[in-house]
Amino acid sequence: MSDVLLSVEGLTRRFDVSKPWLNRVIERDERQFLTANADVSFEIRKGETFALVGESGSGKSTIAKMIVGLLEPSEGQIRFDGDVMDFNSGAAMRRLRRRFQMIFQDPFASLNPRWRVGDIIAEPIRTFDLMKGAAIRNEVGRLLDLVGLSATDAEKFPHEFSGGQRQRIAIARALSSRPEFIVCDEPTSALDVSVQAQILNLMRDLQDEFGLTYLLISHDLSVVRHMANRIGVLYLGRLVEVADAKRLFLDPQHPYTRMLLDAVPDLALSGRRRTPVTGEIPNPINPPPGCAFHPRCPHVMPICKQVIPPPIETATGRAACYLLAPTPA
Amino acid sequence: MAEPLLSVRDLVVEFPTRRGVLRALDKVSFDIAEGEVLGMVGESGAGKSLTGAAIIGLLEPPGRVASGEIWLRGERIDNLPREKMRRIRGRRIGMVFQDPLTSLNPLYTVAQQLIETIRTHMDVSDSEARKRAVALLDRVGIPAAARRIDDYPHHFSGGMRQRVVIALALAAEPELVIADEPTTALDVSVQAQIIDVLKEICAERGASVMLITHDMGVIAETADRVAVLYAGRLAEIGPVRDVIQAAEHPYTSGLMGSIPTLTQTADRLTQIPGSMPRLNAIPQGCPFNPRCPHVFDRCRVERPELIARPAGRQVACWLYDKEAQNV
Repeated sequence: MSDVLLSVEGLTRRFDVSKPWLNRVIERDERQFLTANADVSFEIRKGETFALVGESGSGKSTIAKMIVGLLEPSEGQIRFDGDVMDFNSGAAMRRLRRRFQMIFQDPFASLNPRWRVGDIIAEPIRTFDLMKGAAIRNEVGRLLDLVGLSATDAEKFPHEFSGGQRQRIAIARALSSRPEFIVCDEPTSALDVSVQAQILNLMRDLQDEFGLTYLLISHDLSVVRHMANRIGVLYLGRLVEVADAKRLFLDPQHPYTRMLLDAVPDLALSGRRRTPVTGEIPNPINPPPGCAFHPRCPHVMPICKQVIPPPIETATGRAACYLLAPTPA
Repeated sequence: MAEPLLSVRDLVVEFPTRRGVLRALDKVSFDIAEGEVLGMVGESGAGKSLTGAAIIGLLEPPGRVASGEIWLRGERIDNLPREKMRRIRGRRIGMVFQDPLTSLNPLYTVAQQLIETIRTHMDVSDSEARKRAVALLDRVGIPAAARRIDDYPHHFSGGMRQRVVIALALAAEPELVIADEPTTALDVSVQAQIIDVLKEICAERGASVMLITHDMGVIAETADRVAVLYAGRLAEIGPVRDVIQAAEHPYTSGLMGSIPTLTQTADRLTQIPGSMPRLNAIPQGCPFNPRCPHVFDRCRVERPELIARPAGRQVACWLYDKEAQNV
């Protein structure tokens, strides 16, 4: 198991969404919790792209934030390269942080508008004290070249660039501390398709060149299909299926995965018949009991409404559905 | 050929700014036939939404229609006085916008908004309007419509709100519905449902649709014909299947190649180098020439007009100019 770079076990995160204390007393309300992630486990191998897909509110970004240490898990643990992440030790987190970086969705919000591009890219280098003086400038120039911009762009401000170019700057910044692992949270969803293609190709090239490991978070199944080696499908904070990317699309095991695939518009005009999609994601504050997907599931059984299905090994990976159990428990 | 429902001829939209006049739409011409769904695609800034806004007379000042004509069933509507245009908007042309939260008034119940719309455009009593409103909501797939009609917009989820907006757009039984990115704010599983509802209900009522989106997938599933915009100009227009499977304009084929699909196997996506020019720096000749893999001298000097092609297609590219090829 030495090739596992990151593993996540039983990761759970709850947010307190209660009303203020006085309102609770007057209105006799209970405290309310929103469970953004419940019992999520997966592992990411070195050099692969692991993708998490799901619709809004499925908890994709919460997982990303916990993995990079921006949020503390309520339960469960994250192991990076064999070591358990210790959220209470600042020094340990700092050492780890150099080894992973993040690329965010909105390149208009993730770059400080008052900083020059050169300073933005150099910040991780300075923070981790990796280089000094003129070496930093050369490194920034090299990184800008690497992502398809020019070294002279270091003097400019973010507003002088288009969305795609800004995302390139964000990628250059992510690479500057020479990380092994990059969490990409919807890296292209704010971009037009032709620019998206450029960024996805760039991400692939960089992965080949530096042996990077990616956690790719996206709601776009075709992007995920194009980029990932393995895919985890999230529904309402739970991982419903993890599978090898190619096989997930050929042979989806979980009914939700099947529904998601059916919902993607068919560009090839193959005229394939699709089951119409029904219903919407329920409110995560008050999720349905048992399998969270049961109100929308075409194959729902009595047990689905009572007990949360455990993950079951399948031919293509793992899925949490009673349909896949040899005998319904 | 029957008369088209909507005919846009050489539409030019300009924005006068301190640094000169920006031409956001440059001689855009297309027709929408009775009952047809026309998809309008392009990247951000290509002028998709502007085309829609120009048709319904809702250009934000200082933007203005500088020249060109818009005809709705043989009647010219681009130079109508405000009051007359107001009556066409909503009554004869319905609109669905991207963000269902901002296109509904949060201070009124859905019933109030629907009934107001119906009574503004049609001569019916209050109770009759309400009956129609419930039927409409029911038709767009809102469960327990009779009860939920008295809810406020914030009681509905994003997908349900967009259904309400569709109901509003169709309340006065318009001949044309302009849907501007109707599903962009929604999740994929909801998106499919909304597109289906829009398609069905418009087909049922014989309304034509102009569907503006950046999502080729949505167009492929919904539209009869597709128009591709680039830098404020039409690059290509034709039947959906033809354009998607055998794009003629180099921009369209680049665009199609850059979309990852669920079935493709290629390791790398085709990429179009560079990005769309800004309005103040549209190159001379063909606006796509600096990014085009097939560029030749003529493209840098002369602007290509739409050239008629077989099967009702049109493409604005010198590669397809027969006379030049014979020389």
